[in-house]
Amino acid sequence: MILYIAKRLVLMIPVLLGITVISFTVMKMAPGDPTSLLTDLNPNMNEEAINRIRAHYGLDQPIYVQYAKWLRNMLMLDFGRSFAPDNRLVIDKIAERIPITLLINILSLAVILTIAIPIGVLSAVKKDSFFDRATTVFVFLGFAVPSFWLALLLMILFGVQLEWLPISGFRSLDYAQLTTAEKILDIARHLVLPVFISAFGGLAGLSRYMRSNMLEVIRQDYITTARAKGLDERTVIFKHAMRNALLPVITILGLSVPGLIGGSVIFETVFAIPGMGQLFYQSVMMRDYPTIMGVLVIGAVLTLFGNLLADVMYSLADPRIRVSD
Amino acid sequence: MTSNKLKWACMCCLLILAAVSHAPASKPAGQDGKSQTPPQAADALEPAYGDMIIRGSIGDASVLLPVLASDSASFEITGLIYNGLVKYDKDILLVGDLATRWEISDDNLRIRFFLRPGVRWHDGAPLTTKDVEYTYKVYVDPTTPTAYATDFLRVKEFRVLDPLTCEAIYEKPYAPALASWSQGILPSHLLENQEITKSPLQREPIGTGPYKFKEWKTGEKIVLDSYHEYFEGRPYIDRVMTRIIPDLATMFLELKAGRLDEMGLTPLQFSRQTDTPWFKQNFKKYRYLSFSYTYLGYNLKDWKFQSKKVRQALTTAIDREGIVKGVLLGLGAVAHTPFKPDTFWYNPNVKKFPYDPKKARQMLEEEGWKDTDGDGILDKDGKPFEFTIITNQGNDIRKNTAIIIQKNLKAVGVKVNIRVIEWAAFLKNFINKRNFEACLLGWGIGIDPSQIDIWDSRKTSEKELNFISYQNPEVDKLLELGASTYDREERKKYYDKFQEIIAEDQPYTFLFVQDSLPIISSRFHGIVPAPIGISYDFIKWYVPKSLQKYSVEP
Repeated sequence: MILYIAKRLVLMIPVLLGITVISFTVMKMAPGDPTSLLTDLNPNMNEEAINRIRAHYGLDQPIYVQYAKWLRNMLMLDFGRSFAPDNRLVIDKIAERIPITLLINILSLAVILTIAIPIGVLSAVKKDSFFDRATTVFVFLGFAVPSFWLALLLMILFGVQLEWLPISGFRSLDYAQLTTAEKILDIARHLVLPVFISAFGGLAGLSRYMRSNMLEVIRQDYITTARAKGLDERTVIFKHAMRNALLPVITILGLSVPGLIGGSVIFETVFAIPGMGQLFYQSVMMRDYPTIMGVLVIGAVLTLFGNLLADVMYSLADPRIRVSD
Repeated sequence: MTSNKLKWACMCCLLILAAVSHAPASKPAGQDGKSQTPPQAADALEPAYGDMIIRGSIGDASVLLPVLASDSASFEITGLIYNGLVKYDKDILLVGDLATRWEISDDNLRIRFFLRPGVRWHDGAPLTTKDVEYTYKVYVDPTTPTAYATDFLRVKEFRVLDPLTCEAIYEKPYAPALASWSQGILPSHLLENQEITKSPLQREPIGTGPYKFKEWKTGEKIVLDSYHEYFEGRPYIDRVMTRIIPDLATMFLELKAGRLDEMGLTPLQFSRQTDTPWFKQNFKKYRYLSFSYTYLGYNLKDWKFQSKKVRQALTTAIDREGIVKGVLLGLGAVAHTPFKPDTFWYNPNVKKFPYDPKKARQMLEEEGWKDTDGDGILDKDGKPFEFTIITNQGNDIRKNTAIIIQKNLKAVGVKVNIRVIEWAAFLKNFINKRNFEACLLGWGIGIDPSQIDIWDSRKTSEKELNFISYQNPEVDKLLELGASTYDREERKKYYDKFQEIIAEDQPYTFLFVQDSLPIISSRFHGIVPAPIGISYDFIKWYVPKSLQKYSVEP
């Protein structure tokens, strides 16, 4: 097992390198560069000034030199400085945005799991019942409704009309003066709408997945055996069927690891939450290469680890799949 | 699973509620506990220190050193933290700021500045001419990534005469030189011998201005506190908080919920959504022309647009009043020249081309454009009059304007296609390469009238700004004269003539100047709109004691 993990880890290196080469090339192929914001259509800029700024960022060198430089710094875990006008360390920019994005994504994943799994199981057990159809409509509604629109409606209702919840942001303006308990409550109040919106859109995938797995499992011989033994339906479903149906969910969880640091631009924009989605979007728009690469590398590493984790967990959970050393 | 049913029910109610909630006056005055009671007596409205203003901004600032910043969100903040040597007053005239006065030598080559004595940086250090010298040096330093070096590169020599007197000597007389010293002066004692792009002052600035930096939470808010020792006196409002809310609809909801005091409205929000009694009681709206205009530029290298008369005909065919009414909901003015209509430099007597489709058609026919094959599109030498307008993505006002132009020109037999392109690709692949027929874009109108970069015949190479390739030796001469003349009245003559020629040539169809539409909570008093806008005397804005909403602890 350990040997297997070690082998997988070693194999990750070329994959990761490949990802960075492709990302770097594709990124550079997009028209425009980080100096555009400063120089384009600016009457105060002449050719010489533009070249000066390009040289400052090392953009006057051939692309392979730029990549080699970036890679060398990366090997020492130096993400470099952002090309955006703020000139900040990329690692700082990412670090200040990751906590809120992680918090929202973990909470929403938790909400999705607690709602989608029961929905999936029950609609499989009561296939074609009213409940099955109703939940199908419900989860697909969540999937189909544009999140920014629903978000605005909820803000009008709970923020402006009823004044139960704050409208945007993730903490109050007087946050610094609150006690710890009040702080937690304050953030919780701010997160109700964002977490609801982001979970609502994600229900469909997992619940449908769960439903089809469950249908598959219920047809198996051992379920018939369990029923023939005279076990009550609850034990059959939750103890024998569901545990097996849950196996593929591990894969999904593994794959959602990189998603935990990825935010949604639209959603963060509507709620004015400074998360990773906005950071990445702005970096792309500004052609802020070091930040783009920083986010991509972290994402790539997490994806690879997520995959590995899923495979390992899977073999631990399912005796039929054992890794042969 | 009852919780799901519940949610279902909630959802349905919600959709209905939300649909109704856009009806006008959805929030009666007085229902809201936060709304202000009107003051009883006039003496209750006296200026008082205290309170906080919360402003909404769609973008976060990027860097709080004016030399490095290039976005308006950053300048909104640095404008309160730093001072230049000079500034524009409410009537758009240059007056002293950190300099009490200045002398310009008779040959117009030397400007000598006399600094205001006793000015201190927010950290207590005194301001001296060393700071001015440092600021000059950092702007012209080739390693500084700044967009504003050009004006300072014209300085041949900078001299410090004593701690309060310094002078800049120019190679050639350059009229915008004085105005270039309105750039924020930086503290040399904190920046000297440092790489400016790595300075902590980028995020924790120290200036001489009316407000000093307190806190910046990226993507969330920037907080400034009033500087009690400010040389023009302590500002009345104790704290300025800028909240970053990237979505205008969300920002508007925050305003309605009483958690914002100031934002810029869209034309739609201004005319349709803020006309309720509740808004009228709790907010005041302002409206004045912004320093920018939108235009349709013709690529003069294209054979179709080489005739002046054709361009005049196109302008005549475009219903610009209609565009202002339809796209801006009347909140703007038709543009005729590249200057702002209500300013000193504007020439109101230029040739205008009012909307007249019949006359436009006739003008085009005189130029040989006739519909010979009866397909409704004019043609000449067997080629139809068809062209594509390109504009950048993400600007609905421009997109809608293009659609109206398309319809207007179709009426006179000109077929227009519209192409909307992402900004970076738009510039790099189309504008910079001159790979377009017509473009719909806007320019900011500088306070100084110098516009050499946009119109000069020599500024036509790739990446330069005369991308329509306009060439007129007379205009070149006038702009040069304008840039080297210090006397305002004499200078205006050159720009008046320049505007006459531009209006006659119609290299652009000047479309409109949009209004700025700020809305501010009515508890703020002392706001006096002027030609330059409303925020020029921000330090005099105040909230009477009885109306103060926030108590600010330092």
